[in-house]
Amino acid sequence: MFSGRRGLGLALSVVLAGSILLTGCASKSQTSPTPGSSSGVDFTVSGSITTAGSSALQPLVEQAANQFMQKDSNAKISVQAGGSGTGLAQIAQGSIDIGNSDLFAGEKLTSAQAAGLVDHKVCVVGFATVVNPGVTVDNLTKQQLQQIFTGKITNWKDVGGSDQQITVINRPTSSGTRATFKKYALDGLEEAQGIALTQDSTGAVAKTVAGTPGSISYLALSYASSNNTVKMLKLDGVDPTNDNITSGKYPIWSYEHMYTKGDPQGLTKAFIDYMAGDEVKPLIQQLGYIVGSDMKVSRNS
Amino acid sequence: MVSVDVSNKIGKYTTFACAILIITITMSIILLITYKGLAIFTRDGVSLKNFFLTTKWNPDATPAEGGPFVGAAPFIAGSVAVSLLALLFSAPLGIGIAIFMAEISTGWGCKIMQPVIELFVGIPSVVYGWIGISVLVPFIRNHIGGMGFSLLAGAIVLAVMILPTIASVSTDSLRANPADIREGSLALGVTRWQTILMVMVPAAMPGILTAIVLALSRAFGEALAVQMVIGNAIRMPTSLLGPMHTMTSIITMEMSDTVMGTVSNDVLWTIAFMLLFISFIFILLIRTINRGRTAMR
Repeated sequence: MFSGRRGLGLALSVVLAGSILLTGCASKSQTSPTPGSSSGVDFTVSGSITTAGSSALQPLVEQAANQFMQKDSNAKISVQAGGSGTGLAQIAQGSIDIGNSDLFAGEKLTSAQAAGLVDHKVCVVGFATVVNPGVTVDNLTKQQLQQIFTGKITNWKDVGGSDQQITVINRPTSSGTRATFKKYALDGLEEAQGIALTQDSTGAVAKTVAGTPGSISYLALSYASSNNTVKMLKLDGVDPTNDNITSGKYPIWSYEHMYTKGDPQGLTKAFIDYMAGDEVKPLIQQLGYIVGSDMKVSRNS
Repeated sequence: MVSVDVSNKIGKYTTFACAILIITITMSIILLITYKGLAIFTRDGVSLKNFFLTTKWNPDATPAEGGPFVGAAPFIAGSVAVSLLALLFSAPLGIGIAIFMAEISTGWGCKIMQPVIELFVGIPSVVYGWIGISVLVPFIRNHIGGMGFSLLAGAIVLAVMILPTIASVSTDSLRANPADIREGSLALGVTRWQTILMVMVPAAMPGILTAIVLALSRAFGEALAVQMVIGNAIRMPTSLLGPMHTMTSIITMEMSDTVMGTVSNDVLWTIAFMLLFISFIFILLIRTINRGRTAMR
Protein backbone atom coordinates (compact mmCIF):
# COMPACT_ATOMS: atom_id res chain seq x y z
CA MET A 1 0.00 0.00 0.00
CA PHE A 2 2.76 2.41 0.95
CA SER A 3 4.76 1.87 -2.19
CA GLY A 4 1.54 2.07 -4.22
CA ARG A 5 0.73 5.52 -2.92
CA ARG A 6 4.21 6.80 -3.39
CA GLY A 7 4.14 5.37 -6.90
CA LEU A 8 0.96 7.32 -7.60
CA GLY A 9 2.55 10.51 -6.31
CA LEU A 10 5.60 10.00 -8.47
CA ALA A 11 3.49 9.22 -11.50
CA LEU A 12 1.45 12.37 -10.97
CA SER A 13 4.48 14.58 -10.63
CA VAL A 14 6.09 13.04 -13.69
CA VAL A 15 2.93 13.85 -15.62
CA LEU A 16 2.98 17.40 -14.27
CA ALA A 17 6.64 17.91 -15.10
CA GLY A 18 6.02 16.38 -18.50
CA SER A 19 3.28 18.85 -19.29
CA ILE A 20 5.62 21.69 -18.38
CA LEU A 21 8.20 20.31 -20.79
CA LEU A 22 5.72 20.13 -23.62
CA THR A 23 4.26 23.56 -22.82
CA GLY A 24 0.73 22.41 -23.34
CA CYS A 25 -0.93 19.33 -24.63
CA ALA A 26 -3.47 18.96 -27.35
CA SER A 27 -5.83 16.22 -28.35
CA LYS A 28 -5.03 14.22 -31.40
CA SER A 29 -7.55 14.18 -34.18
CA GLN A 30 -9.68 11.12 -34.50
CA THR A 31 -11.05 11.39 -37.96
CA SER A 32 -12.90 9.02 -40.19
CA PRO A 33 -11.74 9.82 -43.71
CA THR A 34 -14.39 9.69 -46.40
CA PRO A 35 -13.31 8.47 -49.79
CA GLY A 36 -13.66 10.84 -52.72
CA SER A 37 -13.41 14.06 -50.71
CA SER A 38 -10.62 15.55 -52.78
CA SER A 39 -12.82 18.04 -54.58
CA GLY A 40 -14.52 20.68 -52.43
CA VAL A 41 -14.66 20.74 -48.68
CA ASP A 42 -15.65 17.63 -46.80
CA PHE A 43 -18.19 18.50 -44.12
CA THR A 44 -18.79 14.90 -43.10
CA VAL A 45 -15.57 14.32 -41.15
CA SER A 46 -15.76 14.17 -37.42
CA GLY A 47 -13.17 14.54 -34.72
CA SER A 48 -11.37 17.31 -32.91
CA ILE A 49 -8.28 19.30 -33.85
CA THR A 50 -6.30 22.08 -32.23
CA THR A 51 -4.70 25.07 -33.91
CA ALA A 52 -2.37 27.47 -32.12
CA GLY A 53 0.04 30.26 -32.90
CA SER A 54 -0.05 33.72 -34.48
CA SER A 55 -2.28 36.14 -32.64
CA ALA A 56 -2.53 38.20 -35.85
CA LEU A 57 -4.25 35.32 -37.61
CA GLN A 58 -6.26 34.12 -34.65
CA PRO A 59 -9.43 36.23 -35.23
CA LEU A 60 -9.80 34.86 -38.77
CA VAL A 61 -9.18 31.25 -37.79
CA GLU A 62 -11.58 31.57 -34.90
CA GLN A 63 -14.44 32.89 -37.04
CA ALA A 64 -13.76 30.46 -39.87
CA ALA A 65 -13.72 27.58 -37.37
CA ASN A 66 -17.08 28.67 -35.99
CA GLN A 67 -18.57 28.74 -39.50
CA PHE A 68 -17.06 25.34 -40.24
CA MET A 69 -18.42 23.80 -37.07
CA GLN A 70 -21.92 25.01 -37.92
CA LYS A 71 -21.75 23.06 -41.17
CA ASP A 72 -20.05 20.03 -39.68
CA SER A 73 -21.62 19.39 -36.30
CA ASN A 74 -19.31 16.45 -35.58
CA ALA A 75 -16.18 18.55 -35.83
CA LYS A 76 -14.53 20.28 -32.91
CA ILE A 77 -11.86 22.85 -33.77
CA SER A 78 -10.08 24.50 -30.89
CA VAL A 79 -8.34 27.78 -31.76
CA GLN A 80 -5.61 29.09 -29.50
CA ALA A 81 -3.21 32.01 -29.78
CA GLY A 82 0.23 31.90 -28.15
CA GLY A 83 2.38 33.56 -30.79
CA SER A 84 3.98 32.46 -34.05
CA GLY A 85 6.92 30.85 -32.27
CA THR A 86 4.58 28.74 -30.16
CA GLY A 87 2.58 27.69 -33.22
CA LEU A 88 5.68 26.64 -35.13
CA ALA A 89 7.32 24.90 -32.16
CA GLN A 90 4.22 22.94 -31.30
CA ILE A 91 3.52 21.84 -34.86
CA ALA A 92 7.16 20.81 -35.24
CA GLN A 93 6.79 18.68 -32.09
CA GLY A 94 3.48 17.35 -33.36
CA SER A 95 1.60 18.44 -30.25
CA ILE A 96 -1.05 20.36 -32.24
CA ASP A 97 -2.68 19.78 -35.64
CA ILE A 98 -2.21 23.18 -37.29
CA GLY A 99 0.44 25.76 -36.40
CA ASN A 100 -0.36 29.37 -37.37
CA SER A 101 2.51 31.71 -38.12
CA ASP A 102 3.22 35.16 -39.56
CA LEU A 103 6.62 33.94 -40.68
CA PHE A 104 7.95 31.19 -42.88
CA ALA A 105 8.89 28.19 -40.72
CA GLY A 106 12.49 28.48 -41.90
CA GLU A 107 12.76 31.94 -40.34
CA LYS A 108 12.11 30.60 -36.84
CA LEU A 109 13.03 26.93 -36.86
CA THR A 110 16.22 25.15 -37.79
CA SER A 111 16.02 23.25 -41.05
CA ALA A 112 15.92 19.99 -39.11
CA GLN A 113 12.94 21.17 -37.06
CA ALA A 114 11.17 22.56 -40.11
CA ALA A 115 11.56 19.34 -42.08
CA GLY A 116 8.24 17.69 -42.82
CA LEU A 117 6.19 20.83 -42.21
CA VAL A 118 3.76 21.68 -45.02
CA ASP A 119 2.98 25.35 -45.62
CA HIS A 120 -0.58 26.47 -46.40
CA LYS A 121 -0.74 30.20 -47.10
CA VAL A 122 -4.23 31.29 -46.10
CA CYS A 123 -4.07 35.04 -46.62
CA VAL A 124 -1.88 38.13 -46.65
CA VAL A 125 -1.75 40.81 -44.00
CA GLY A 126 -0.33 44.31 -44.39
CA PHE A 127 1.35 46.43 -41.76
CA ALA A 128 1.10 50.16 -41.32
CA THR A 129 3.37 52.64 -39.62
CA VAL A 130 1.20 54.31 -37.01
CA VAL A 131 1.71 57.45 -34.96
CA ASN A 132 -0.07 59.31 -32.20
CA PRO A 133 -2.90 61.42 -33.70
CA GLY A 134 -1.15 64.57 -32.45
CA VAL A 135 1.74 64.04 -34.88
CA THR A 136 1.36 66.40 -37.85
CA VAL A 137 3.49 64.37 -40.28
CA ASP A 138 1.50 62.34 -42.85
CA ASN A 139 4.23 60.74 -44.89
CA LEU A 140 7.68 59.33 -44.25
CA THR A 141 10.21 58.15 -46.77
CA LYS A 142 11.67 54.74 -46.16
CA GLN A 143 14.97 56.39 -45.34
CA GLN A 144 13.36 58.66 -42.73
CA LEU A 145 11.56 55.66 -41.23
CA GLN A 146 14.83 53.79 -40.99
CA GLN A 147 16.58 56.76 -39.40
CA ILE A 148 13.82 57.05 -36.80
CA PHE A 149 13.95 53.37 -35.85
CA THR A 150 17.74 53.31 -35.74
CA GLY A 151 17.79 56.39 -33.51
CA LYS A 152 19.39 58.83 -35.97
CA ILE A 153 16.31 61.07 -36.02
CA THR A 154 14.79 61.73 -32.61
CA ASN A 155 12.62 64.78 -33.20
CA TRP A 156 9.58 65.17 -35.45
CA LYS A 157 10.82 68.58 -36.63
CA ASP A 158 13.57 66.79 -38.60
CA VAL A 159 10.98 65.10 -40.79
CA GLY A 160 8.72 68.09 -41.28
CA GLY A 161 6.65 67.94 -38.11
CA SER A 162 6.48 70.07 -35.00
CA ASP A 163 9.26 70.27 -32.43
CA GLN A 164 8.43 67.15 -30.47
CA GLN A 165 10.47 64.20 -29.28
CA ILE A 166 9.88 60.91 -31.10
CA THR A 167 9.02 57.94 -28.89
CA VAL A 168 9.57 54.66 -30.70
CA ILE A 169 7.39 51.75 -29.57
CA ASN A 170 8.58 48.31 -30.57
CA ARG A 171 7.41 44.74 -30.31
CA PRO A 172 9.71 42.18 -28.63
CA THR A 173 12.62 40.92 -30.75
CA SER A 174 10.92 37.56 -31.18
CA SER A 175 7.63 38.97 -32.54
CA GLY A 176 6.56 38.05 -36.07
CA THR A 177 5.19 41.53 -36.69
CA ARG A 178 8.52 43.08 -35.72
CA ALA A 179 10.40 40.64 -37.96
CA THR A 180 8.20 41.57 -40.94
CA PHE A 181 8.52 45.29 -40.27
CA LYS A 182 12.28 45.02 -39.86
CA LYS A 183 12.64 43.03 -43.06
CA TYR A 184 10.45 45.05 -45.41
CA ALA A 185 10.33 48.55 -43.90
CA LEU A 186 13.80 48.82 -42.41
CA ASP A 187 15.44 46.63 -45.06
CA GLY A 188 16.89 44.46 -42.30
CA LEU A 189 18.61 47.32 -40.49
CA GLU A 190 19.23 46.75 -36.81
CA GLU A 191 17.00 48.96 -34.65
CA ALA A 192 18.85 50.92 -32.02
CA GLN A 193 18.50 49.25 -28.66
CA GLY A 194 17.30 51.18 -25.66
CA ILE A 195 15.56 54.04 -27.47
CA ALA A 196 12.30 52.18 -27.87
CA LEU A 197 9.60 51.15 -25.46
CA THR A 198 8.42 47.58 -25.93
CA GLN A 199 4.82 46.41 -25.80
CA ASP A 200 4.08 42.75 -26.19
CA SER A 201 0.82 42.73 -28.10
CA THR A 202 -0.99 44.51 -30.90
CA GLY A 203 -3.56 45.85 -28.43
CA ALA A 204 -0.92 47.18 -26.03
CA VAL A 205 0.90 48.91 -28.91
CA ALA A 206 -2.31 50.61 -30.07
CA LYS A 207 -3.12 51.80 -26.55
CA THR A 208 0.39 53.11 -25.94
CA VAL A 209 0.59 54.93 -29.27
CA ALA A 210 -2.82 56.48 -28.68
CA GLY A 211 -1.77 57.68 -25.22
CA THR A 212 1.82 58.79 -25.77
CA PRO A 213 2.40 62.10 -27.58
CA GLY A 214 4.97 61.88 -30.38
CA SER A 215 4.99 58.09 -30.47
CA ILE A 216 5.49 55.89 -33.53
CA SER A 217 5.03 52.16 -34.01
CA TYR A 218 3.61 49.61 -36.44
CA LEU A 219 0.40 47.60 -36.47
CA ALA A 220 -1.27 45.00 -38.63
CA LEU A 221 -3.48 46.76 -41.16
CA SER A 222 -6.41 44.59 -40.17
CA TYR A 223 -6.13 46.18 -36.75
CA ALA A 224 -4.95 49.71 -37.57
CA SER A 225 -7.59 50.49 -40.19
CA SER A 226 -10.42 49.79 -37.77
CA ASN A 227 -8.80 51.73 -34.95
CA ASN A 228 -9.45 55.47 -34.84
CA THR A 229 -7.17 56.21 -31.92
CA VAL A 230 -3.99 56.01 -33.98
CA LYS A 231 -2.98 57.64 -37.28
CA MET A 232 -1.56 55.66 -40.21
CA LEU A 233 1.35 57.12 -42.17
CA LYS A 234 2.11 56.87 -45.87
CA LEU A 235 5.38 55.29 -46.86
CA ASP A 236 7.16 57.08 -49.75
CA GLY A 237 3.81 58.69 -50.53
CA VAL A 238 1.94 55.40 -50.76
CA ASP A 239 -1.08 54.81 -48.53
CA PRO A 240 -1.07 51.55 -46.60
CA THR A 241 -4.15 50.05 -48.19
CA ASN A 242 -4.93 46.54 -49.31
CA ASP A 243 -5.15 47.75 -52.95
CA ASN A 244 -1.64 49.13 -52.83
CA ILE A 245 -0.39 45.88 -51.33
CA THR A 246 -1.98 43.60 -53.94
CA SER A 247 -0.57 45.73 -56.74
CA GLY A 248 2.88 45.63 -55.19
CA LYS A 249 3.18 49.37 -54.49
CA TYR A 250 3.33 49.04 -50.71
CA PRO A 251 6.01 46.66 -49.45
CA ILE A 252 5.21 45.96 -45.79
CA TRP A 253 3.13 42.77 -45.73
CA SER A 254 3.52 39.12 -44.97
CA TYR A 255 1.77 35.85 -45.64
CA GLU A 256 -0.23 34.24 -42.88
CA HIS A 257 0.71 30.59 -42.80
CA MET A 258 -1.00 27.51 -41.46
CA TYR A 259 1.53 24.72 -41.07
CA THR A 260 0.75 21.02 -40.82
CA LYS A 261 3.15 18.21 -40.06
CA GLY A 262 3.11 16.18 -43.24
CA ASP A 263 0.17 16.34 -45.62
CA PRO A 264 -3.06 17.15 -43.80
CA GLN A 265 -5.55 14.34 -43.21
CA GLY A 266 -9.20 14.08 -42.25
CA LEU A 267 -10.61 17.06 -40.37
CA THR A 268 -7.32 18.97 -40.62
CA LYS A 269 -7.45 18.65 -44.40
CA ALA A 270 -11.13 19.58 -44.54
CA PHE A 271 -10.55 22.71 -42.45
CA ILE A 272 -7.52 23.83 -44.45
CA ASP A 273 -9.46 23.27 -47.67
CA TYR A 274 -12.24 25.35 -46.17
CA MET A 275 -9.85 28.18 -45.23
CA ALA A 276 -8.65 28.29 -48.84
CA GLY A 277 -12.14 28.09 -50.29
CA ASP A 278 -14.63 30.71 -51.48
CA GLU A 279 -16.72 30.64 -48.32
CA VAL A 280 -13.99 32.17 -46.17
CA LYS A 281 -13.05 34.88 -48.69
CA PRO A 282 -15.72 37.37 -47.54
CA LEU A 283 -14.58 36.81 -43.97
CA ILE A 284 -10.94 37.48 -44.93
CA GLN A 285 -11.91 40.77 -46.55
CA GLN A 286 -14.30 41.75 -43.79
CA LEU A 287 -11.60 41.32 -41.15
CA GLY A 288 -9.11 43.44 -43.12
CA TYR A 289 -6.85 40.68 -44.44
CA ILE A 290 -6.08 40.15 -48.12
CA VAL A 291 -7.15 37.08 -50.09
CA GLY A 292 -4.02 35.33 -51.37
CA SER A 293 -5.31 35.00 -54.94
CA ASP A 294 -5.73 38.80 -55.19
CA MET A 295 -1.99 39.30 -54.90
CA LYS A 296 -0.30 40.32 -58.12
CA VAL A 297 3.11 39.95 -56.48
CA SER A 298 4.53 37.02 -54.60
CA ARG A 299 7.39 36.19 -52.26
CA ASN A 300 9.40 33.22 -51.16
CA SER A 301 11.02 32.66 -47.81
CA MET B 1 -16.58 -0.12 11.28
CA VAL B 2 -13.01 0.90 10.63
CA SER B 3 -10.75 0.31 13.57
CA VAL B 4 -8.74 3.14 15.10
CA ASP B 5 -5.56 1.46 14.01
CA VAL B 6 -6.55 1.34 10.33
CA SER B 7 -7.80 4.93 10.25
CA ASN B 8 -4.58 6.05 11.87
CA LYS B 9 -2.65 4.34 9.14
CA ILE B 10 -4.84 5.84 6.40
CA GLY B 11 -4.26 9.28 7.85
CA LYS B 12 -0.54 8.74 8.16
CA TYR B 13 -0.01 7.44 4.66
CA THR B 14 -2.29 9.98 3.00
CA THR B 15 -0.43 12.90 4.52
CA PHE B 16 2.86 11.19 3.72
CA ALA B 17 1.82 10.82 0.08
CA CYS B 18 0.85 14.49 -0.05
CA ALA B 19 4.23 15.48 1.32
CA ILE B 20 6.09 13.26 -1.14
CA LEU B 21 4.00 14.60 -4.01
CA ILE B 22 4.72 18.24 -3.25
CA ILE B 23 8.41 17.57 -2.68
CA THR B 24 8.65 15.72 -5.99
CA ILE B 25 6.87 18.52 -7.85
CA THR B 26 9.12 21.17 -6.33
CA MET B 27 12.23 19.16 -7.06
CA SER B 28 11.08 18.48 -10.64
CA ILE B 29 10.52 22.18 -11.28
CA ILE B 30 13.89 23.12 -9.78
CA LEU B 31 15.67 20.42 -11.79
CA LEU B 32 13.87 21.40 -15.00
CA ILE B 33 14.68 25.10 -14.63
CA THR B 34 18.27 24.35 -13.69
CA TYR B 35 18.70 21.99 -16.62
CA LYS B 36 17.09 24.37 -19.12
CA GLY B 37 18.72 27.40 -17.55
CA LEU B 38 22.24 26.09 -17.93
CA ALA B 39 21.80 25.09 -21.58
CA ILE B 40 22.81 28.53 -22.79
CA PHE B 41 26.25 28.06 -21.23
CA THR B 42 26.74 24.37 -21.93
CA ARG B 43 25.10 23.88 -25.32
CA ASP B 44 25.12 27.32 -26.92
CA GLY B 45 28.58 28.20 -25.63
CA VAL B 46 27.73 31.63 -24.20
CA SER B 47 30.17 32.79 -21.54
CA LEU B 48 29.02 33.84 -18.08
CA LYS B 49 30.66 37.21 -18.62
CA ASN B 50 28.68 37.70 -21.80
CA PHE B 51 25.40 36.94 -20.07
CA PHE B 52 25.91 38.94 -16.89
CA LEU B 53 28.00 41.88 -18.01
CA THR B 54 27.05 42.85 -21.55
CA THR B 55 24.02 44.94 -22.43
CA LYS B 56 23.26 44.09 -26.05
CA TRP B 57 20.15 41.99 -26.50
CA ASN B 58 19.23 40.25 -29.73
CA PRO B 59 19.24 36.48 -29.23
CA ASP B 60 17.76 35.99 -32.71
CA ALA B 61 20.78 37.51 -34.43
CA THR B 62 22.61 34.97 -36.57
CA PRO B 63 26.31 34.22 -36.07
CA ALA B 64 26.88 36.04 -39.38
CA GLU B 65 25.54 39.23 -37.77
CA GLY B 66 27.84 38.68 -34.80
CA GLY B 67 25.06 37.25 -32.64
CA PRO B 68 23.49 35.89 -30.67
CA PHE B 69 23.55 38.83 -28.28
CA VAL B 70 22.35 37.71 -24.88
CA GLY B 71 23.47 40.48 -22.53
CA ALA B 72 21.10 40.23 -19.60
CA ALA B 73 22.64 43.02 -17.55
CA PRO B 74 19.84 45.54 -18.36
CA PHE B 75 17.20 43.13 -17.06
CA ILE B 76 19.07 42.20 -13.89
CA ALA B 77 19.90 45.82 -13.15
CA GLY B 78 16.32 46.82 -13.96
CA SER B 79 14.80 44.28 -11.59
CA VAL B 80 17.19 45.29 -8.82
CA ALA B 81 16.54 49.01 -9.35
CA VAL B 82 12.76 48.83 -9.45
CA SER B 83 12.55 46.46 -6.46
CA LEU B 84 14.90 48.44 -4.25
CA LEU B 85 13.23 51.74 -5.13
CA ALA B 86 9.81 50.23 -4.39
CA LEU B 87 11.16 49.04 -1.04
CA LEU B 88 12.48 52.53 -0.32
CA PHE B 89 8.96 53.92 -0.78
CA SER B 90 7.16 51.08 0.90
CA ALA B 91 9.25 50.07 3.91
CA PRO B 92 8.90 53.29 5.96
CA LEU B 93 5.19 53.43 5.18
CA GLY B 94 4.62 49.76 5.95
CA ILE B 95 6.54 49.84 9.23
CA GLY B 96 4.69 53.03 10.16
CA ILE B 97 1.37 51.32 9.58
CA ALA B 98 2.55 48.34 11.61
CA ILE B 99 3.54 50.54 14.57
CA PHE B 100 0.20 52.32 14.33
CA MET B 101 -1.74 49.07 14.37
CA ALA B 102 0.27 47.18 16.96
CA GLU B 103 1.23 49.92 19.39
CA ILE B 104 -0.61 53.18 18.92
CA SER B 105 -4.17 52.43 17.94
CA THR B 106 -4.80 48.82 18.78
CA GLY B 107 -8.55 49.43 18.95
CA TRP B 108 -10.44 51.32 16.25
CA GLY B 109 -7.36 52.04 14.13
CA CYS B 110 -6.63 48.38 13.82
CA LYS B 111 -10.26 47.61 13.06
CA ILE B 112 -10.11 49.93 10.05
CA MET B 113 -6.57 49.22 8.90
CA GLN B 114 -6.74 45.42 9.01
CA PRO B 115 -9.47 45.05 6.36
CA VAL B 116 -7.92 47.82 4.24
CA ILE B 117 -4.63 45.94 4.12
CA GLU B 118 -6.36 42.64 3.42
CA LEU B 119 -8.20 44.33 0.56
CA PHE B 120 -4.90 45.54 -0.85
CA VAL B 121 -3.63 41.95 -0.96
CA GLY B 122 -6.74 40.81 -2.81
CA ILE B 123 -6.41 43.23 -5.74
CA PRO B 124 -4.98 41.34 -8.73
CA SER B 125 -1.77 42.68 -10.20
CA VAL B 126 -3.37 43.35 -13.59
CA VAL B 127 -5.65 45.87 -11.89
CA TYR B 128 -2.68 47.66 -10.34
CA GLY B 129 -1.05 47.73 -13.77
CA TRP B 130 -4.21 49.02 -15.40
CA ILE B 131 -4.55 51.84 -12.88
CA GLY B 132 -0.85 52.52 -13.32
CA ILE B 133 -1.10 52.82 -17.08
CA SER B 134 -4.30 54.87 -17.00
CA VAL B 135 -3.59 57.23 -14.10
CA LEU B 136 0.02 57.10 -12.98
CA VAL B 137 1.76 57.08 -16.39
CA PRO B 138 -0.11 60.14 -17.77
CA PHE B 139 0.34 61.90 -14.41
CA ILE B 140 4.11 61.43 -14.49
CA ARG B 141 4.25 62.48 -18.15
CA ASN B 142 2.23 65.66 -17.60
CA HIS B 143 3.47 66.78 -14.20
CA ILE B 144 6.93 65.35 -13.63
CA GLY B 145 8.43 64.76 -17.06
CA GLY B 146 9.63 62.10 -19.45
CA MET B 147 7.21 59.89 -21.30
CA GLY B 148 5.52 58.47 -18.23
CA PHE B 149 6.60 54.88 -18.72
CA SER B 150 9.45 54.87 -16.27
CA LEU B 151 11.37 53.37 -13.40
CA LEU B 152 9.43 55.72 -11.12
CA ALA B 153 6.05 54.45 -12.33
CA GLY B 154 7.14 50.84 -11.90
CA ALA B 155 8.49 51.48 -8.42
CA ILE B 156 5.33 53.26 -7.26
CA VAL B 157 3.07 50.46 -8.53
CA LEU B 158 5.31 47.86 -6.89
CA ALA B 159 5.49 49.85 -3.67
CA VAL B 160 1.70 49.73 -3.36
CA MET B 161 1.73 46.01 -4.10
CA ILE B 162 4.32 45.08 -1.47
CA LEU B 163 3.01 47.45 1.19
CA PRO B 164 0.54 44.93 2.68
CA THR B 165 3.28 42.31 3.05
CA ILE B 166 5.51 44.67 4.98
CA ALA B 167 2.65 46.04 7.08
CA SER B 168 1.05 42.74 8.05
CA VAL B 169 4.22 40.77 8.77
CA SER B 170 5.69 43.67 10.76
CA THR B 171 2.45 44.04 12.70
CA ASP B 172 2.48 40.37 13.66
CA SER B 173 6.08 40.67 14.70
CA LEU B 174 5.41 43.71 16.91
CA ARG B 175 2.41 41.99 18.48
CA ALA B 176 4.55 38.96 19.27
CA ASN B 177 6.76 41.06 21.55
CA PRO B 178 6.23 39.99 25.17
CA ALA B 179 4.15 42.57 27.09
CA ASP B 180 6.64 42.70 29.98
CA ILE B 181 9.32 44.48 27.94
CA ARG B 182 6.88 47.31 27.25
CA GLU B 183 5.79 47.42 30.88
CA GLY B 184 9.39 47.29 32.03
CA SER B 185 10.30 50.18 29.78
CA LEU B 186 7.33 52.29 30.88
CA ALA B 187 8.09 51.49 34.53
CA LEU B 188 11.52 53.04 34.10
CA GLY B 189 9.81 56.30 33.19
CA VAL B 190 10.48 56.10 29.47
CA THR B 191 7.88 57.85 27.29
CA ARG B 192 5.53 55.88 25.07
CA TRP B 193 7.19 56.99 21.83
CA GLN B 194 10.66 56.21 23.17
CA THR B 195 9.41 52.79 24.25
CA ILE B 196 8.14 52.09 20.77
CA LEU B 197 11.28 53.34 19.06
CA MET B 198 13.95 52.06 21.44
CA VAL B 199 12.37 48.88 22.78
CA MET B 200 9.46 47.53 20.76
CA VAL B 201 10.79 48.07 17.24
CA PRO B 202 14.30 46.75 17.95
CA ALA B 203 12.82 43.70 19.67
CA ALA B 204 10.66 43.01 16.61
CA MET B 205 13.50 43.76 14.20
CA PRO B 206 14.07 40.18 12.96
CA GLY B 207 10.37 39.99 12.04
CA ILE B 208 10.48 43.37 10.34
CA LEU B 209 13.56 42.33 8.37
CA THR B 210 11.74 39.15 7.36
CA ALA B 211 8.87 41.32 6.15
CA ILE B 212 11.26 43.42 4.10
CA VAL B 213 12.95 40.40 2.51
CA LEU B 214 9.57 38.83 1.74
CA ALA B 215 8.42 42.08 0.14
CA LEU B 216 11.63 42.34 -1.85
CA SER B 217 11.19 38.81 -3.10
CA ARG B 218 7.61 39.56 -4.14
CA ALA B 219 8.79 42.72 -5.92
CA PHE B 220 11.38 40.72 -7.81
CA GLY B 221 8.88 38.14 -8.93
CA GLU B 222 6.09 40.50 -9.98
CA ALA B 223 5.80 40.62 -13.75
CA LEU B 224 2.56 41.91 -15.13
CA ALA B 225 1.89 45.16 -13.28
CA VAL B 226 5.48 46.32 -13.64
CA GLN B 227 5.63 45.38 -17.29
CA MET B 228 2.57 47.49 -18.04
CA VAL B 229 4.05 50.73 -16.69
CA ILE B 230 7.80 50.43 -16.99
CA GLY B 231 8.12 50.92 -20.75
CA ASN B 232 10.27 47.86 -21.40
CA ALA B 233 13.14 49.60 -23.11
CA ILE B 234 16.23 47.41 -23.08
CA ARG B 235 18.75 49.71 -21.42
CA MET B 236 20.49 50.14 -18.11
CA PRO B 237 18.38 52.06 -15.60
CA THR B 238 20.12 55.41 -15.54
CA SER B 239 17.24 57.79 -14.93
CA LEU B 240 14.23 57.78 -12.63
CA LEU B 241 12.01 58.99 -15.46
CA GLY B 242 13.43 56.79 -18.21
CA PRO B 243 11.89 53.52 -19.35
CA MET B 244 13.61 50.23 -18.54
CA HIS B 245 13.13 46.48 -18.50
CA THR B 246 13.02 43.71 -15.90
CA MET B 247 13.86 40.00 -15.78
CA THR B 248 10.25 38.95 -15.40
CA SER B 249 8.91 41.13 -18.19
CA ILE B 250 11.45 39.94 -20.76
CA ILE B 251 10.29 36.39 -20.05
CA THR B 252 6.58 37.12 -20.38
CA MET B 253 7.14 39.25 -23.49
CA GLU B 254 9.30 36.90 -25.48
CA MET B 255 8.40 33.39 -24.39
CA SER B 256 5.41 32.95 -26.69
CA ASP B 257 7.35 33.85 -29.82
CA THR B 258 10.44 31.78 -29.20
CA VAL B 259 10.92 28.17 -30.15
CA MET B 260 12.14 25.46 -27.77
CA GLY B 261 15.77 24.56 -28.29
CA THR B 262 16.80 27.89 -29.84
CA VAL B 263 19.15 30.38 -28.22
CA SER B 264 16.31 32.91 -27.81
CA ASN B 265 14.36 30.35 -25.81
CA ASP B 266 17.33 29.04 -23.81
CA VAL B 267 18.32 32.50 -22.63
CA LEU B 268 14.82 33.08 -21.22
CA TRP B 269 15.19 29.88 -19.20
CA THR B 270 18.50 31.18 -17.92
CA ILE B 271 16.80 34.36 -16.74
CA ALA B 272 14.12 32.20 -15.08
CA PHE B 273 16.90 30.24 -13.40
CA MET B 274 18.40 33.51 -12.15
CA LEU B 275 15.03 34.46 -10.64
CA LEU B 276 14.85 31.08 -8.90
CA PHE B 277 18.40 31.52 -7.65
CA ILE B 278 17.62 34.97 -6.28
CA SER B 279 14.54 33.69 -4.48
CA PHE B 280 16.70 30.96 -2.92
CA ILE B 281 18.99 33.66 -1.60
CA PHE B 282 16.01 35.50 -0.14
CA ILE B 283 14.77 32.32 1.54
CA LEU B 284 18.22 31.69 2.99
CA LEU B 285 18.31 35.26 4.24
CA ILE B 286 14.96 34.88 5.99
CA ARG B 287 16.06 31.62 7.61
CA THR B 288 19.27 33.23 8.84
CA ILE B 289 17.39 36.19 10.29
CA ASN B 290 14.93 33.89 12.04
CA ARG B 291 17.69 31.69 13.41
CA GLY B 292 19.18 34.84 14.92
CA ARG B 293 15.85 35.59 16.57
CA THR B 294 15.41 32.18 18.17
CA ALA B 295 18.99 32.31 19.42
CA MET B 296 18.33 35.72 20.97
CA ARG B 297 15.31 34.61 22.98
